Amino acid sequence: MIRQAWNEQIMRGVFFAAACTSVLAVAFICIFLFHNGTLALSEIGLWDFLSGTVWRPNIEIFGIFPMIVGSLYVTAGAVLVGVPVGIFTAVFMAFYCPKKLYKPLKAATDILAGIPSVVYGFFGLVIIVPLVRDFGQFLGMGGNGNSIVTASLLLGIMILPTVISVTEASLRAVPTLYYEGAVALGATHEQSIFKVVVPAAKSGIVAAVVLGIGRAIGETMAVIMVAGNQARIPSDIFQGVRTLTANVVIEMGYATDLHREALIATGVVLFSFILLINLCLALLNRKEQ
Amino acid sequence: MSFTTTFRQKLLSYKNSPVSAVLAALVLCCALATFGVLLYLILHIVVQGLPYVKLSTFAWEYTTENASVTPAIINTVVITVLSLLFAAPVGIFSAIYLVEYAGKKSRFIEIIRITTVTLAGIPSIIYGLFGMLFFVISCGFGFSLLSGALTLTIMILPLIIRTTEEALLSVPDSYREGSYGLGAGKLRTIFHIVLPAAVPGILAGIILSIGRIVGETAALVYTAGTVAQLPSSVMGSGRSLAIHMFTLANEGLYMDQAYATAVILLLLVVFINGLSYYLAKKFVRV
Repeated sequence: MIRQAWNEQIMRGVFFAAACTSVLAVAFICIFLFHNGTLALSEIGLWDFLSGTVWRPNIEIFGIFPMIVGSLYVTAGAVLVGVPVGIFTAVFMAFYCPKKLYKPLKAATDILAGIPSVVYGFFGLVIIVPLVRDFGQFLGMGGNGNSIVTASLLLGIMILPTVISVTEASLRAVPTLYYEGAVALGATHEQSIFKVVVPAAKSGIVAAVVLGIGRAIGETMAVIMVAGNQARIPSDIFQGVRTLTANVVIEMGYATDLHREALIATGVVLFSFILLINLCLALLNRKEQ
Repeated sequence: MSFTTTFRQKLLSYKNSPVSAVLAALVLCCALATFGVLLYLILHIVVQGLPYVKLSTFAWEYTTENASVTPAIINTVVITVLSLLFAAPVGIFSAIYLVEYAGKKSRFIEIIRITTVTLAGIPSIIYGLFGMLFFVISCGFGFSLLSGALTLTIMILPLIIRTTEEALLSVPDSYREGSYGLGAGKLRTIFHIVLPAAVPGILAGIILSIGRIVGETAALVYTAGTVAQLPSSVMGSGRSLAIHMFTLANEGLYMDQAYATAVILLLLVVFINGLSYYLAKKFVRV
């Protein structure tokens, strides 16, 4: 009897230790990143680092403003492309989809979420880049196809599954009474959905958009493959940009000393954006509860 | 939502409200665009890539003339097995603690909830940076399969915790009560009654994380490295399938092989996700 109780106690401790691992992991990630990132920041200066428009590691000028702008442009573009399409598709899944089609289409959105980002990047490289290049030349804007537009389109596709599944779940969480009430008052199917159900699901949809932003701003490999990666502020949307994520991956391979620390600091800036987004999400969830 | 209106009634309602017609058209167009893009992506890569999947693609050695995927596949398998070896026990145990031990409203649960959500929201490049700083440099593992696997362990932990939690929560309480009623202790109840009933759900989560590992690039570039050969041990550097594909496509020298690798990667991930979907569905039926 006593030995059993010992077993129970030990295993309880083991389970508890396991549960603490994720807390420890978050703490370690924060400590290591911020500690290493601040090394560069103290040398370069936080303001110069964030607002500097010139990135020339060979002569030790480190300004990541172009990359911040690049990340913001590309993320905004992805939201512009992915959010409307995603929300309408979610409405389709929740209110229009024939019963027989629902299961295969649901599986299709899961596949969309599961496709690796390199495969998306490759698809962007061989399909979207030539399309945008031709379209740019047609408009007389030039550019070689590796541009903000391309990255936005690709990221827009990549955030679709996130936006669709979260929006659909929040649409389904609205009581059917709302819809039925609207229809009973003489509203059409569409009026009931877009004027009653969608507004009622607003907070869930906002969460979907925020999650989508998080995915878009953190995406790395796919963006590197299609965005051109020039470290300067673009003057039009057919020019290439470099995002924060791309900056880290492209140069980390050969960076040393201050350059390397500046790249880690770039990661810290990105991480701060992500933490900010997480905070927004947590606040949204709390409001809902 | 069921349709009780006939098609003619619907058309009539659109006549009275043109905005509704436009909205309906938009909904259909967007759904078509979403699933059209997916279909096109898969068809394009499979149709263009399948002819390049040859026997020589799977040659044992990687050479500059023949960018074989075999070393990359073996590296991927090693990284996957190692990551799961670390992440599965830790993830399942923490889910057990969260569901079976901690009170529903405890503060600790809230903290863990916040951290797992945070972990799930961190982009893979941040994991890669952390892995490089911690496992590669501070722990001294260097660019190695081990560093890569440890980095991915942290990355898939939230996924395993969440899916296991859901699986455990959907085991009816009557199972536990029955077990206690027969005189079993808490530990025996968990390992002999609750866990077996939750296996399909847990497996679905693990398979889903295999899918994530196989497709991962950014977290591995600066932890596992990009060496194209097979390392002699887990302490050696080696590229996974996804990194192999990224380097091929980015160098632009081996577009044929890049297509072939894309097909292999895509089909692998779709198959893995399908398996997880199947298991999860099976679980619901139980």
